[in-house]
Amino acid sequence: MQVNENKEFQPLIVAFCCNWCSYAGADLSGTNRLNYPSNVKIIRVPCSCRVNPMFILRAFQKGADGVILCGCHPGDCHYTSGNYFTRRRMTLLFSMLDFLGIERDRTRVEWVSAAEGAKFAATMNEFTEAVKKLGPNRRLEDLRCRKQ
Amino acid sequence: MQEAMINRAKQLLADGTVNRVIGWKRGEFAYDITPAVFQSAEELDADFVFDDFTSANVSKYLVKESKKEGKILAFLKPCDTYSFNQLTKEHRVVRENVYIIGIPGGPKLDAEKIKAKGITGILGVKNENYTLKIDTIYGEETMPFYEAVLDKCASCKSKKHVVFDELIGEDGDVLESNRFEMVEKLENMTAQERYDFWRDQFSKCIRCNACRNVCPACTCEKCVFDNPNSGVENKAPADSFEENMFHIIRAFHVAGRCTDCGECSRVCPQNIPLHLLNRKFIKDINSLYGEYQAGEDTTSRAPLNDYKQDDCEASIVHERGVE
Repeated sequence: MQVNENKEFQPLIVAFCCNWCSYAGADLSGTNRLNYPSNVKIIRVPCSCRVNPMFILRAFQKGADGVILCGCHPGDCHYTSGNYFTRRRMTLLFSMLDFLGIERDRTRVEWVSAAEGAKFAATMNEFTEAVKKLGPNRRLEDLRCRKQ
Repeated sequence: MQEAMINRAKQLLADGTVNRVIGWKRGEFAYDITPAVFQSAEELDADFVFDDFTSANVSKYLVKESKKEGKILAFLKPCDTYSFNQLTKEHRVVRENVYIIGIPGGPKLDAEKIKAKGITGILGVKNENYTLKIDTIYGEETMPFYEAVLDKCASCKSKKHVVFDELIGEDGDVLESNRFEMVEKLENMTAQERYDFWRDQFSKCIRCNACRNVCPACTCEKCVFDNPNSGVENKAPADSFEENMFHIIRAFHVAGRCTDCGECSRVCPQNIPLHLLNRKFIKDINSLYGEYQAGEDTTSRAPLNDYKQDDCEASIVHERGVE
């Protein structure tokens, strides 16, 4: 049964959110009844630095069109310094993806605190729009995983 | 050079300083020089080779060799000493079990480049005033020496030995090299052009894992690509995604630890310029987090094991270069 007759491209966004800030921020935006697109699938991680570059590539393999990584603001990490390492790693990884010709707007790092429900919703709205404009992820997809 | 090395190795074997020597011996062809371990003076006399084709970096072999009984003598070229230093820093080699003799570096020759000129059946080469005289089964051929030099030697970064117990020959200096030229050229292309360039390159990959196996920075006991649960275990890439993934992750895992020895590209049977990925990381690290040369010392913190509170944000990638 096909309910959605709307043929407009709907991107799949994977958001890695750290347990202590961004996940709570997402929760807050929910309890505040703020809208953000249902395209965003949240994966909770203990700290943003738990995210291995492989996770991001794997998300693209499994059909994500954009991957966003959210963590505590620098200086606010629950584990003191995790997000500082995230920042260096992701800068290098995104730079490499860009070097390989993969659209740079498909990846992003955003710092969202537990009190920033509104920022979370706004970020997700904006990111989803940006990815929607890029269209489906073709440069870093696994054909075997493509949904018909 | 070869004579001096064999003689010194014999002395060290005779006085018991070392009980074996890691060097190189001839493979099936004259240009096919592979690392080998020698136990005695007779073996050295029979097989030890050091010539213009001797480009293999033996540092990685020392990860295993230095853990065996007794001391081993290793001949290291300047670029190999960086790799060795990096391994010492990561506690992968036992420094005390290795006696290092620093030997002069390249430029070394690339047999593929000679073959590309249509010269086959190579028996040996001689460098006379930068004209390469190549002895083949069909007679003698000549070509300019610098047209046959390995890519990694053409952009040599240093002639300085960063670690050694003694030297044979002269020690040189760190050089000003143009090694980021090609990376910059790619950066200035459009995203579509870059994508096409890498698709061309990666689609040649046969996943032989030679780049990983030869890399002196890749020394994990168990590699992520050997994990049967990873879904990307040793197998030919079935999809363009797997090629991208393997090469991104391979380069990422050595980011900040890669000494830019260029072995990955040298061993690639498909001639994929893999060192460009490593150099891209090195260039980014240098420009974003300060100049860093892996293997230069054994005390500094690796860039990815370190941070500053005022590091740039990841969005810097979006702000620079060509879309």
